[in-house]
Amino acid sequence: MKLKVISGICLLLATLLYACQNEDEITFKRYYTTGSVIYQNNCQNCHGKDGEGLSALMPALTDSAFLKTNKALLPCFIKFGIKGKLLIVNKKAFEGDMPLTDLAPIEIAEVLTYVTNSFGNDMGLVTAKDVSDDLAKCK
Amino acid sequence: MKKLICAAVILLTWSACKFNTQPQTLPIYGNRTPLTKTVNGKTTHDTLYQTIPPFYTVNQYGDSITNKKLDGQIYVADFFFTTCPSICPIMHRNMLSVYEAFKADKNVKIISYTIDPKHDSTAVLKKYADKLGIAGNTWWFLQGKKEEIYKLSESYLVSPPQEDAKQLFIHDGYFILVDKQKRIRGTYDGTVPDQVNKLIADIKTLKAEPDQAAAK
Repeated sequence: MKLKVISGICLLLATLLYACQNEDEITFKRYYTTGSVIYQNNCQNCHGKDGEGLSALMPALTDSAFLKTNKALLPCFIKFGIKGKLLIVNKKAFEGDMPLTDLAPIEIAEVLTYVTNSFGNDMGLVTAKDVSDDLAKCK
Repeated sequence: MKKLICAAVILLTWSACKFNTQPQTLPIYGNRTPLTKTVNGKTTHDTLYQTIPPFYTVNQYGDSITNKKLDGQIYVADFFFTTCPSICPIMHRNMLSVYEAFKADKNVKIISYTIDPKHDSTAVLKKYADKLGIAGNTWWFLQGKKEEIYKLSESYLVSPPQEDAKQLFIHDGYFILVDKQKRIRGTYDGTVPDQVNKLIADIKTLKAEPDQAAAK
């Protein structure tokens, strides 16, 4: 009986520990999966299935250094679009316009989680709070 | 009797093989009119196929391009505009593979009519072509009068472009294959890579057709 109770408690603790450890991971996976659908609907036409871009017309999303340097600007790009701004991506200059979207902060967080952890990028979870904070500072 | 069946089977198999090796041809699309002519007392029957009518445009180099410039050419046509945020980037990402496959072939051309000539001037089209990585005279980006281009799109069997409330253009993403006699020989969804691979294969089939190889 005693053994049963102890092993039961142990199992419960182990389960809880496992669940807690994985909560971040589950959030990440949820964001990533939803983000991939948002990407297909809003970004893929121009930026490509594998984030490869299109020649010198549409920048690729494979430049991890660019994404890291401009991390706080990415929500602004998605929300308000880009007009007449010169960007250097993968050592190539891009100056075309990018249309704005009407995505909510949570959706921007999801699509950014997808983009910044796909195509050879590995930047971890982007939360809706991160996005809201960054959006408040958009110029 | 057994021998006879055996012979019949062999004959059938052989004819089946022979049938397969006959040159493949592409269908001819569009309206057709029967044509009956009487020459020297002899009545002959022929078919008049739908062809692409004359058009007047300017390409990305500022050269005047009419349908005459495409005489004796197999070409692929599509309709687009440079600021198109929806399907055009996919179409031209796929068209690039057609370009890569035939850029060394003087008898195959690609023409993209802009449906937004107000914005897409020669300079804008040239810049677009440069950025896409297009050089030479294989792929032309053509600007013409808006109404004429819209009307022309019907001859290519695609629905005419429309503008919605936001002034965004709605249009088909079709690639249309036209032969040397300006007849439509295929239409392909330019947004689907498999269809575009079929287009590349069909261009090769079309080039090998006797009346295409003979036409100059």
